[in-house]
Amino acid sequence: MAIVQWQAPREGSEIDRLRQEVDRLFNSFLPGTEPFFSRVYPALNLTEDADNFYVRAELPGVKPENLDISVVEGRLLIRGERKASTESPEANYHRREREAGFFRRTIALPARVAGDKVSASMKNGVLNVSLPKAEEAKPRKITVKAT
Amino acid sequence: MKDREMELKEKKEVKKAAGEGTRPGPVFIPAVDILENANELIVLADMPGVESKNVDIDLRDNQLTITGKVDAAEGEKEVSLYKEFNWGDYFRQFTLSDVIDQGKITAKMEDGILRLTLPKVEKVKPQKIKVTAT
Repeated sequence: MAIVQWQAPREGSEIDRLRQEVDRLFNSFLPGTEPFFSRVYPALNLTEDADNFYVRAELPGVKPENLDISVVEGRLLIRGERKASTESPEANYHRREREAGFFRRTIALPARVAGDKVSASMKNGVLNVSLPKAEEAKPRKITVKAT
Repeated sequence: MKDREMELKEKKEVKKAAGEGTRPGPVFIPAVDILENANELIVLADMPGVESKNVDIDLRDNQLTITGKVDAAEGEKEVSLYKEFNWGDYFRQFTLSDVIDQGKITAKMEDGILRLTLPKVEKVKPQKIKVTAT
C-alpha cells in the first residue's frame, strides 16, 4: 500500500472545499453513516463523554514498548510494530492468516485536548487512549437570567 | 516480513446458523496461524479484548471449538463519534485428526492472542528411517 503523508488542509483551498462538498454529498445519501472507512491499519473507534475522548484499537500481540503514541496539533498519531510470532524454524505452517508489520495511523480529534494529560493503556490486545478535553472544549452550562 | 506496512482487513463475521450464541451482537472469525512441528500442533488465534477467563475450548468427536467472549470496552456514558470496527465475540471450529493426544491440549491467552498447543500421540511422532546399504 502506498504511504501518503497526511497534510493539514489549507484554509479555504479549492480542493479542500471540493472534498468537503463531496463528503457532505455522500453523507446525505447515506444518512446516519460515519465517514468512510479509512483503510489504514489499525481500525479505530472514537467515542466521547463529558470530559474525555477515547480512541480504541484492536492490536493483538502488540507490546506497549512497541507502540509510539503522540498528540500533535489536534491529531492523534499511533505508530507501532506487530512482531511476527517467533516459532521454531522447524515448524511448518498449515495456515497463516495473522499478519505482522509496521503501522502508522493518524486521526483528527474533534476538539482540543489537554495534551499533557493524555494516557494510553493496553489490555488483552486492545489499546485504549484517553484524551481529556481541554477546558474550553468541555460542555458548559449557561444559565439564562431573567431580567 | 520485515519492514512491511500492515494493511487493514475487515473483521470477518461468522455466518448465522454456524454456532449461534445466546448473546446479542456480532460474532467474528479470528485470524489463525496453524503450525506443526515434530511433537505438536500449535494454533494461534487473534482474539483482542478476550480475557483468559472468557475463552472456551471445547473438544468432542475430533471437533475443536474455540469461543471467546468480549466485554464492552466502552463506558456507559460514552457516545460514539466515529466507528471503524465493531466489538464482538469470536468463534471458530476445526476438525482434528486422531494424531492429537486430546488429553494433553493446553491453552494460554496473552495480549489478546490465544495459543493452543496440541501434542501429538507418541506413535505418530516422526521416526528417522535409516537406509541401510546392502
